[in-house]
Amino acid sequence: MADAHAHAPGLAHHFESYEQQKESAFLGMWIFLAQEIMFFSGLFTCYLVYRVLYPHAFLVGSRELDWRIGAANTVVLLLSSFTMVVAVLGAKQGRRKMIVLGLLGTLLFGGIFLGVKVFEYGSKWEHHLVPGPYFEWHGDPSVGREVELFFSLYFGMTGMHALHMVIGMGIMLVMLPLAWRGKWTPQNHNFVEGFGLYWHFVDIVWIFLFPFLYLIGLSGGSSH
Amino acid sequence: MAESEHHDHDHHHEELGFWRKYVFSTDHKVIGIQYAVTGMLFLFFGFCLMMLMRWQLAFPGEPVPLLGKLFPRGLPGGVMLPEFYNELGAMHGTIMVFMGIVPLAVGGFGNFVLPLQIGAPDMAFPRLNMMSYQSFLIGGLIMFGSFFLPEGAAQSGWTSYPPLADIAPSGQTAWLIGMVFLITSSLLGAINFLVTTIQLRADGLSFFRLPFFCWAQFVTSFLLLLAFPPLEAAAFMQLMDRVAGTSFFLPSGLVVSGQALEVSGGGSPILWQHLFWFLAHPEVYVLILPAFGIVAEIIANNTRKPLWGYKSMVYSLIVLGFLSFVVWAHHMFLTGMGTTMSAFFQTTTMMISIPSVIILTALILSLWGGSIRFTTPMLFALGFLPMFGIGGLTGLPLGLTAPDIHLHDTYYVIGHFHYVVAPGTIFALFAGIYYWYPKVTGRHMSEFWGKVHFWPSFVLMNLIFFPMLIQGMAGMSRRMYDGGATYAHNEGVLYLNKVISFAAWGLALAQIPFILNLFLSLRKPKTASANPWRATTIEWAAPSPPGHGNFTRPVAAYRGPYEYSVPGESEDFTPQFEPAKAPVAAH
Repeated sequence: MADAHAHAPGLAHHFESYEQQKESAFLGMWIFLAQEIMFFSGLFTCYLVYRVLYPHAFLVGSRELDWRIGAANTVVLLLSSFTMVVAVLGAKQGRRKMIVLGLLGTLLFGGIFLGVKVFEYGSKWEHHLVPGPYFEWHGDPSVGREVELFFSLYFGMTGMHALHMVIGMGIMLVMLPLAWRGKWTPQNHNFVEGFGLYWHFVDIVWIFLFPFLYLIGLSGGSSH
Repeated sequence: MAESEHHDHDHHHEELGFWRKYVFSTDHKVIGIQYAVTGMLFLFFGFCLMMLMRWQLAFPGEPVPLLGKLFPRGLPGGVMLPEFYNELGAMHGTIMVFMGIVPLAVGGFGNFVLPLQIGAPDMAFPRLNMMSYQSFLIGGLIMFGSFFLPEGAAQSGWTSYPPLADIAPSGQTAWLIGMVFLITSSLLGAINFLVTTIQLRADGLSFFRLPFFCWAQFVTSFLLLLAFPPLEAAAFMQLMDRVAGTSFFLPSGLVVSGQALEVSGGGSPILWQHLFWFLAHPEVYVLILPAFGIVAEIIANNTRKPLWGYKSMVYSLIVLGFLSFVVWAHHMFLTGMGTTMSAFFQTTTMMISIPSVIILTALILSLWGGSIRFTTPMLFALGFLPMFGIGGLTGLPLGLTAPDIHLHDTYYVIGHFHYVVAPGTIFALFAGIYYWYPKVTGRHMSEFWGKVHFWPSFVLMNLIFFPMLIQGMAGMSRRMYDGGATYAHNEGVLYLNKVISFAAWGLALAQIPFILNLFLSLRKPKTASANPWRATTIEWAAPSPPGHGNFTRPVAAYRGPYEYSVPGESEDFTPQFEPAKAPVAAH
C-alpha cells in the first residue's frame, strides 16, 4: 500500500514485494492445476466405469489404435517439455534468446504432436471409427456397439488434451514477441515459470492417456 | 498469472475513464457490485418464473391474465403449455442457484467484503477477477437468451438428468454451453479468493484472527474449486451426446414415444447423476456457508458479544467442507445403486449434520446474555436461525434411506430445500445487504422500511414452504404440471396450492419496500461514517465508501475479530485494527 514501491517495474500495486507477488502467482497456478486435475478426473472416472462395464470391448477397441504412433508422440511431447524447461531456465538467467529458442522448440514439438494427432483422427474417420451416425464396426465380431464407447472416450479425452495444447500454443505465440523484447528478467519471470507448470501438466495428462488408450490392447487378455 | 505482470505504475493517480471504471474494472469493489447487481436481477427474474408456475399450480389450465400476449409460444391464449411449465421449472432452479445466489453470496459479498476484511488493497489477480465476472455475465445471457430459441429454454430440470436431457429440444444445448461459462467464472473466482486469503492478509491477521465470514468464503472457494470441474467434464460429455452422436449417458434399447432411438447405446444415465451430484451436493454448501458467514458477523455485531465458540465453528466449517464431498449419493437412494452404497452415504449424511448443528447452536448460544440491537440486518439474521433450523431438520428424514423412499420426489423435498435457501440463505443475503450497504455506498438504508420488508417476508416465506412439507408427506409428487390433481390421494392437500400461490405473490409485494429502499437510499446524502455499526472487523477501518486501494492508512490486526464488550475498555467494541493502548493479556 505504501507508495514507496509504486514504481518498481513489474510489481503490481497490491503486492508489497516481488516475493509476495511470486508466491501468489505460483499458488494461483497450483490451485488452477488442482482444478484441472479434478476436470480430467471426471473424464477418467467415465473411462473407469465403462472399462469395468465392457472390459473386452475396450481391449478390442484399443487394438485399432497404433501404439507405435502413440509412443512416438509421447517422445515428441517429452521433448517439448524439455524445450519448455530451456525457456524457463533462460528466463531465470535473463537470456532472452534462450527463452525464444525454448518457446520455438516447444511450439515445434507441440505442432508435430498435433499434426500426428490430426493424421490419426483422419485415419479413424476413414475406418468409420468416429462415434456418431457415421460409425461402423468391421473389426472383431465378438463385440457389439459398446465398442463405440471406447472411441467416444478416445476422442473425448485426447480431444480435451489437444484443446489444452492448442490453448497453450496460443499463449506461447503471444509470449514470443514479449520474450524477444526482454519482458522477463531474472527478478520477474513468474509468467514463464507458471506457464511451464501448465505445459508439464498437459504432458502428464498424456502420460496417463497413452497407456490407458493405446497399450491396454497389447495385454494378453484378448481371448474371448 | 498475467495480473502479476502488468505495469500500471501510475493508476494511483490517473483518473480512469467510464469504461475502465464501471464496465471493465479490475477493482474488487466494482466487480463485487457488478456481481451483486446482476445476481439480484437474476434472483428477481427467477422469482418471476416461479410466480408464473404458481399460477398453473393454483389454477391448472386456466388462462394466465394479461400475459398471454407477451409469451405466445409458452402461453397460447394465456393457457400454459406443459413444455413451458417444464422450462420454467428447470430455469427457475438453474437461475436461482447458479446465477442468483452464488453470484450474490460469493461473487458479490465475497469480492466486496473479503479483501476489505483481510486488510488487502485488492484481490490477488484483479484482471482474472474481471474475467470471472464477464464469464458469468456471458453464461447468464446465454441462459436468459435460451428462452427466445424457437424450442425454448432447457426443460429437463436443473439437474439435467439423461436420457431425458440427452434427447431434449435445443434449449438443453444452450443450457450446457451456458453452464460451461458459469463454471469457468466460479473457478476463476475460487482461485482468486484462495490466493487472496492466503497471501494478502494484513500484518497480524493470523488464520484464527480471520472473521468467520472470511473462513466461510475460504471453505466455499475450496468447494467450488474441487467440485465444479467434474461437472464441467460431464457437461462436455452430455454436449457430445447431443451434438456429436456419442452415447456417454444413453443406454441401449431406448424407446421414445413407441419408437426405438437410433443411438449406439451402452451408456449409463446413473453416471451423470453421480457426476452431477458430486458437484451439486457441495454446491448446496456453497449456497449456505456464505450465509453462515454473513449471519455470524451480524450476530456478533448486534449482540455486542464475541461469537460463542468461534474456534469450534471454524473447525466445524472445515469438517463440513471435507464431508460435503462424500455425501452426494444421498440424492440417489432410489436409483437402485444397492444397499451397501446407500448405507455408506446415509452414514456420511448423518455425520455431516453434526458440524452444521454445531455452527447453528453456536450462533444461537451467541445470543445468550447479549444486549441485542434489533436493527434490520439483525432481524434478518435472527430470522435465518430458525428457518435454517427447520430446513436442516427436515433434511434428516431425507438422508435416511427408509423415509426417503416415501419422501423422495415429493413436495417435501422442495419444502426442505427452500427452507434452507429461501428464508435461510436469501434472508442472510438481505441481512448482508442492509449491513454492508453503508460501506458500499456511504449511505444508510431506511430502518423503518427495512422492518416493513422483514416481517411480511418472514410470515409469507413460512406460508409458502410449510404447506409444501404437508403436501409432500401426503404423497404429492413434485414436477406435476397440474399441481397433482391427477392423483386421488392428493385431493386432501390440493387446496394448499392456492394458499402457497397467493403467499408467493404476496411475497413479491413484500419485496417492493426493499427494492425502493435499495434505490431511493442512493439519493440520500452520504452521511455514513467509516464504522456506523460500531463493529470490530477491518473493513470498517476503510472510509465509506472505500476509494481505490481501499485503506487511507496502513492497517494491521492486533487482536481477534470479535472483541466486543471487553472488560475495562471505554467502548463496548475494540476494533481489530486499533493498536492496543495498554498491554492486553492474550486470550
